[in-house]
Amino acid sequence: MAEIAPVRKVAVVEEEIKLKAEEVDLQRAAKLGGVAGLVAVFVSANGMVQAFAERAIISPILSMGYALLFLVPLVIGYLAAKEPPVREGFEAPKKGPRNVVAGLLVGVGTAVGLALFVLVASVVNLRPVFLNVSPELLELLTFGQGVGPGLALLVVACVVLGTVGGLMRLVPDRLRNALWGGLAWTLLIGLLEVVVAQLFRGLGLGFLEDIFYAPLGGLTLTGALVVFVLAFLYYYTVVPRVDAWRANYAQLPAERQRSFRLGALVAVVVIVGLLPQVLGPFVSEVLDLVGIFLLMGLGLNIVVGFAGLLDLGYVAFFAVGAYTTAVLTSPASPRWSPELSFWLALPFVILAAALAGIVVGTPVLRMRGDYLAIVTLGFGEIARLLLLSDWLRPYFGGAQGILKIPNLSIGPIVFRTPVDMFYPILGFCLVAAYISWKLKDSRIGRAWMAMREDEQVAEAMGVNIVELKLKAFIVGAIIASFGGALFAVKIGSVFPHSFSLLVSITVLVLIIVGGMGSIPGVVVGALALVGLPELLREFQEYRLLAYGVLLILMMLYRPEGIVPSKQWMRELHEEELMQDAWLKMEEERRRQAEAQAAEGKPAGQPGEA
Amino acid sequence: MQQTLSQQLSERVNFAAVIIWALRLIVAVVVVWGVVSTLMSGVYSPSQWRDLVIFGLAQGGVYALIALGYTMVYGILGFINFAHGEVFMSGMMIGYFVADYLNQIGMWNGNPVLALLIVLLVSMATSTTVAVLVERIAYRPLRGSPRIVPLITSIGASFFIQYAFRGLFGAGVKSYPRMEALQGAVTVLGVRILKVHVLVIVAALVMMAVLYWFVEKTRTGKAIRAVAEDKEIAALMGVDIDRAIVTTFAIGGLMAGAAGLLYALVFYQVFFFSGFLPGIKAFTAAVLGGIGNIVGAMLGGLVLGIVESLGPILILSGLGIPAPHQLKDVVAFTVLVLVLIFRPKGLLGERLAEERD
Repeated sequence: MAEIAPVRKVAVVEEEIKLKAEEVDLQRAAKLGGVAGLVAVFVSANGMVQAFAERAIISPILSMGYALLFLVPLVIGYLAAKEPPVREGFEAPKKGPRNVVAGLLVGVGTAVGLALFVLVASVVNLRPVFLNVSPELLELLTFGQGVGPGLALLVVACVVLGTVGGLMRLVPDRLRNALWGGLAWTLLIGLLEVVVAQLFRGLGLGFLEDIFYAPLGGLTLTGALVVFVLAFLYYYTVVPRVDAWRANYAQLPAERQRSFRLGALVAVVVIVGLLPQVLGPFVSEVLDLVGIFLLMGLGLNIVVGFAGLLDLGYVAFFAVGAYTTAVLTSPASPRWSPELSFWLALPFVILAAALAGIVVGTPVLRMRGDYLAIVTLGFGEIARLLLLSDWLRPYFGGAQGILKIPNLSIGPIVFRTPVDMFYPILGFCLVAAYISWKLKDSRIGRAWMAMREDEQVAEAMGVNIVELKLKAFIVGAIIASFGGALFAVKIGSVFPHSFSLLVSITVLVLIIVGGMGSIPGVVVGALALVGLPELLREFQEYRLLAYGVLLILMMLYRPEGIVPSKQWMRELHEEELMQDAWLKMEEERRRQAEAQAAEGKPAGQPGEA
Repeated sequence: MQQTLSQQLSERVNFAAVIIWALRLIVAVVVVWGVVSTLMSGVYSPSQWRDLVIFGLAQGGVYALIALGYTMVYGILGFINFAHGEVFMSGMMIGYFVADYLNQIGMWNGNPVLALLIVLLVSMATSTTVAVLVERIAYRPLRGSPRIVPLITSIGASFFIQYAFRGLFGAGVKSYPRMEALQGAVTVLGVRILKVHVLVIVAALVMMAVLYWFVEKTRTGKAIRAVAEDKEIAALMGVDIDRAIVTTFAIGGLMAGAAGLLYALVFYQVFFFSGFLPGIKAFTAAVLGGIGNIVGAMLGGLVLGIVESLGPILILSGLGIPAPHQLKDVVAFTVLVLVLIFRPKGLLGERLAEERD
């Protein structure tokens, strides 16, 4: 005890001679303004603004196109106005007019970019090169008011929004979170009109649909206001208390925690199980697809997230599952058609997938991560090209694929519609989730993670790398093959074109965005990255563009994903964790000092407490 | 006890080795059988084989130019720049618009040399800009993170560039205008070769020679090699690491841009996905030659070009596989897989593919 006390005293002295806080970097804000201008011009020139303009979010004032365009200055302005982080030995930065100026700079940057773009495009015909710079786009950008007044409006709008973004920094945290939450939910509910309206109808609340949604699509003004207020209140009153509840929950005895968790799980499963009944066939179709990608995500999560093997040819296993099912169950299988039922074929699917896992896994056993990525990519493409070729046409039907795959059935129950298909897909997802959850903390799961972090060290510790890698490939392959089998019976046919590289990339993106190694992350990723683009058809064309941006941004700013697993987080943010530890220490010290001051003791002598 | 332990150990070690040896044997048998039966059948005349080799050399030259970008970046940063195929495509795409314009004003066929030079410059400038921008935005902030992170970023960059180009310039396939001066063939040393192929092969060889001179003889080249050898020590010796890395990306971009024009002269067509296959093949070439090794990339490119041109007919048709040209890309991918399995250090390079550092 006596040895520690002097150290603490020194720390207290340090606190008194803190350096002046860094200020909001305006030069950086100006740079970000340039970036914002480029981004705004880019989303206009590549046709996104125009394509999204068809979909109203709030009728008639805000379309998805305008929302996209105007979120650029707002969000980047907000980011540019961020104060520099609290650093060791510095004072906490103060908020002030500099935040607003930073936002303003971004607004000006956006405005200048867009204005130049509109001026150039209205004088020169850019269409021969830039296909999407159409007169309609210019009309959209100038609000249909002609170049002069329209451009003025556009400039004002951008500058104002940028400034608002900066102003948001001055608002107290709680209010700010509530405002952003309200905005986000309003946009989301506006976008998800199909789902929400269907939900109202399914629940017998059809009258709500007329209140919330305009006949031509989009929220009504009333609806938007209601959603905003509700979300605002939720974030303002409920969310700040979550921490307290969580603390309460943590204090519950372990048994009650477990029963609570189990109850929550059952509730979620029941609600999810009822969803397709309420949502109807169109949305169920989307849910089915989400489910299949979720299944593959769970599988790839084992290969990439747990074992750290970056597999870019994951679609090959998906194809193996689909084609094995097709050959074994379809009467139209070209060469050999045993016409087994789905369930009888399933063991063979598993077998084929395991074999494929070994075939792909063995050659890459000793390869380093990045080579493995390219080789697996090669395998994925080889699989597709072979299925497409005339050579294997007598077996797999070439480009025509295999048709007439019978529906899935259990006894007398036949799963025909998308609503029906949801249940087997959900079942398989649950199985896969259970497997991953069980594997994660098992001996083999821990060995995988050890291998992911450092192969040599793991090997030296007696982890059998060869066996583990093969196991990861086999488990991943089997789960993907389930996805393929379900895909085949759901569509009723298989074609080589369904098994392109883009499937592998989609699955990869969804686990990276969701959070590598994290099972809830995969669910979030599948819903957001597969479900959303399916619902918003005009988004489909820009899906991969968004995936690319997401991959880069996630790797730059949040490599652990949206719902991270603790392990990865630790691995990726060692430095920040140190910083956090320091901040916590600082906080703790202050609290102690305050407590002592309140007790009337001299502050800065926590050693005696 | 001891014996069982060693038995276990030997089992463990042998399992993968046995499979790999079996694979080797199968590959050797398949290749020899295919080649022999094709040659025995005598369907193809010697001049056809010669044309295939020359075509292979031409496309191999293009692969080699792209492969240089992969190999140099790998040498200096130790990761695969997945977006390099798109760097190549960007030059080819922007070059198309210039070529199209030059064709409209009549210069494409009026003054072909100047026209080609202009398009070459534009294409190289575009590719270089894209390569440098990608490095600046996506890779530089990630230096020092786990190896998988920049790789994933480069996959993201690759798809972003593809679909950005698709959004900006449309999804359609664009055809370069035909250049009359390049139609027809010339006879070199008694061998009839298409003029385009002569141009492509010569241009690729010249570019490679210049690059080799640059890396071996100039100060900047020396700096790049020093950084590739050991970043920290190079920094201590006063080499500006960031500059050396940017220069590497820029050189890769220059070569890819030149490759873009040459590729367009052979195949004429370009669209937003054009970079993917040549990119993967060039990577294969880089691995084949030994990644990190500049001469290796050149050699690997030429060899891969020839294998890809000859392989389907020479090997597959002998095996009785119908429509072997459909499997052209399979051959390239198979070469990649086989090289990585059997000789990861490539023809000339060091053994980098296996976990060592």
